[in-house]
Amino acid sequence: MLSLEAMHLPPTVGTVHADGAFSLLWLVIALPALGAAILLLGGKATDKWGHLLATAAVVLSFVLSLVLFFDLAGRHSGDRQVNQHLWTWFTAGTYRVDFGLLYDQLSAVFLLLITGVGALIHVYSIGYMAHDERRRRFFGYLNLFVAAMLILVLASDYVGVFLGWEGVGLASYLLIGFWQYKPTAAAAAKKAFVINRVGDIGLSLGASLIFVTFGSTSFAAVSAAAPHASHGALTAIGLLLLLAACGKSAQFPLQSWLLDAMEGPTPVSALIHAATMVTAGVYLIVRSNFIFSLTDDARTGVIIIGCITLLMGAVIGCAKDDIKKALAGSTMSQIGYMVLAAGLGPAGYAFAIFHLLTHGFFKANMFLGAGSVMHGTNDDVNMRHYGALRKAMPITFATFGIGYLAILGVPPFAGFWSKDKIIEAAFGDNFVVGLCALIGAGVTAFYMTRLMLLTYFGPESSGRGERWQKDVNPHESPNVMTYPLIALATLSALGGLFAVNGWITHWLSPVVGNRPHDDLGIPSIVLSLIVLAVVAVGVAVAVQLVGRRPVPLVAPEKVSVLTRAARADLYGDAFNDEVIIRPGVAGIRGLGIFDRSFIDGIPEGIAVALTAISMTFRRVQNGMVRSYALAILGGAALVLLALLAVSFK
Amino acid sequence: MSTTPFIVLSAILFTIGSIGVLTRRNAIVVFMCVELMLNASNLALITFSRANGNLDGQIAAFFVMVVAAAEVVVGLAIIMTIFRTRRSASVDDASLLKY
Repeated sequence: MLSLEAMHLPPTVGTVHADGAFSLLWLVIALPALGAAILLLGGKATDKWGHLLATAAVVLSFVLSLVLFFDLAGRHSGDRQVNQHLWTWFTAGTYRVDFGLLYDQLSAVFLLLITGVGALIHVYSIGYMAHDERRRRFFGYLNLFVAAMLILVLASDYVGVFLGWEGVGLASYLLIGFWQYKPTAAAAAKKAFVINRVGDIGLSLGASLIFVTFGSTSFAAVSAAAPHASHGALTAIGLLLLLAACGKSAQFPLQSWLLDAMEGPTPVSALIHAATMVTAGVYLIVRSNFIFSLTDDARTGVIIIGCITLLMGAVIGCAKDDIKKALAGSTMSQIGYMVLAAGLGPAGYAFAIFHLLTHGFFKANMFLGAGSVMHGTNDDVNMRHYGALRKAMPITFATFGIGYLAILGVPPFAGFWSKDKIIEAAFGDNFVVGLCALIGAGVTAFYMTRLMLLTYFGPESSGRGERWQKDVNPHESPNVMTYPLIALATLSALGGLFAVNGWITHWLSPVVGNRPHDDLGIPSIVLSLIVLAVVAVGVAVAVQLVGRRPVPLVAPEKVSVLTRAARADLYGDAFNDEVIIRPGVAGIRGLGIFDRSFIDGIPEGIAVALTAISMTFRRVQNGMVRSYALAILGGAALVLLALLAVSFK
Repeated sequence: MSTTPFIVLSAILFTIGSIGVLTRRNAIVVFMCVELMLNASNLALITFSRANGNLDGQIAAFFVMVVAAAEVVVGLAIIMTIFRTRRSASVDDASLLKY
């Protein structure tokens, strides 16, 4: 094994100094950060134009990212890892943390995704949040999120990543709980925050262990030193980083917050809980490829987590009637695919990032589409109240349809190019893993078809869907919302272009390495056909079970055990309640009793005893001068006796 | 010259004074007993001063006299005031300042 690893040492992170246009790299982060500062500190004065400023900041950031991207692409491939040292953050002994930015092929892709999709979602939000009186604050938080996410992907140091990591966690918390007057939203925000803390422990411990092992936390230093580190240390670091990824990317066993996070406004679900923030875990694993490539054990853990989550998310997605929760299950599942791909090592890193990219397009597209549907149906999220919306909302339907085809992996849409590659690489690694991915594709086809059928198809009479609520008059959303949909649908359709001639693999290989997966024994076109056949089966089952039957307005009670489990998020919350919360609460209660009875008992007991003694002895102060005189005399006599006793010893 | 008779006298006077302070209720009498105790201690101081052949004890006695004089002024004033308000010079009656 050692010789094999030695032959495939992961690439190190380069340290080309940022010059020319790259010296403006910091501006990509600074623009949305400034926007957030102005909006959040400016207060009501910015109410009128705040949303425009925020959108402009992200659009400018996107333009700059685009310029930088082409500048980077024009460089010689050896010079594409640009470092910009901004300032020395802090030093402690020999440990020094620089606040620096690393702009390489991987960050470049993320920059485009975050600012591009972010800009589209900002535009969409102008329409979606038009009637919300706290719109300015919403845009302030969105800008804050974009800035934090950009710090996360641009930082050249694990400590910098941690800053961004916490920043996006904060923004996510603020945005999930944006409608804080709804108790469910407030609770969901708290839940997301707390569960993310668990993952964050993984990142902070992982970064600490990296420092202990390598004496530095910068990517360049760690990637250079990683091959000399012990296998145990690398595995421990890998597993801690995996824990971090599980928290942020809603992977098993820290997945339960994502479904609740759908309480936030829909653009938030699209940007943060589908396209960007939840993929930060995948980014972390791929960015730390110089660690994961060297430890098979940690990678096995990553693969297992990915497989479990991709099936879990898909099963949950099948049973949800809430359109956003169905999509959230789907997001979990798709990120499971990415994590799985990242766990495959150099054979899968590039595909993980590629799927992350295409998923960012089509899932943001579908979330915004769901938001558009909700916008037209008085914010109803129950798919059983939809049906036959394709005529009322043609643009939403068309764009959603493209997203649907993309997530199914129908050629030539984006998902085909990314998901197929992952399934192929998974089969190349291990048959069971490949089978999981393949089954996941079939289940994906089922729940997405169910979602489509419930929402856009179904019986209608005289232009009204039969399942619509009485006061609902579905209508297409305004242009400011449909244009971003069209843009994202275009990207969902054409995202596969990134894979032409294996461009994405070549582009990323200087960062993540590249090793073709093991030979499958069958041509990849055959595997693609098998995948398509499985997808077709999923679609057919959905059509048979959902499309051909009347849809009850209320979810039926008599359902199979699996459906009931899926409706309850596969008992993720129940598991947390039983295994963590209940013993935790019991322990805390015990500690409370211990604190009140024992710890408090000591000072309180002393106080009580002193009070009792004082109550007794205050009787001495009886006001009688003669008894005082006796006491003084007795005392003087005692002192005298004592002196005599001492001097005549 | 033996110091013993003087010291014995001093002790007797001090004992009489202290018994008077402890047993008598009339503030004036108590006051006089206090003076007796002070003078008993003065006698002891002067006796030891003579015995040791230096003046320390006599100087201390002067101080005691000064303090006693000051005490008489303040003490008699207090007793007078108490008597005016209560029509009584009994120390046991002036026992309100207590727990």
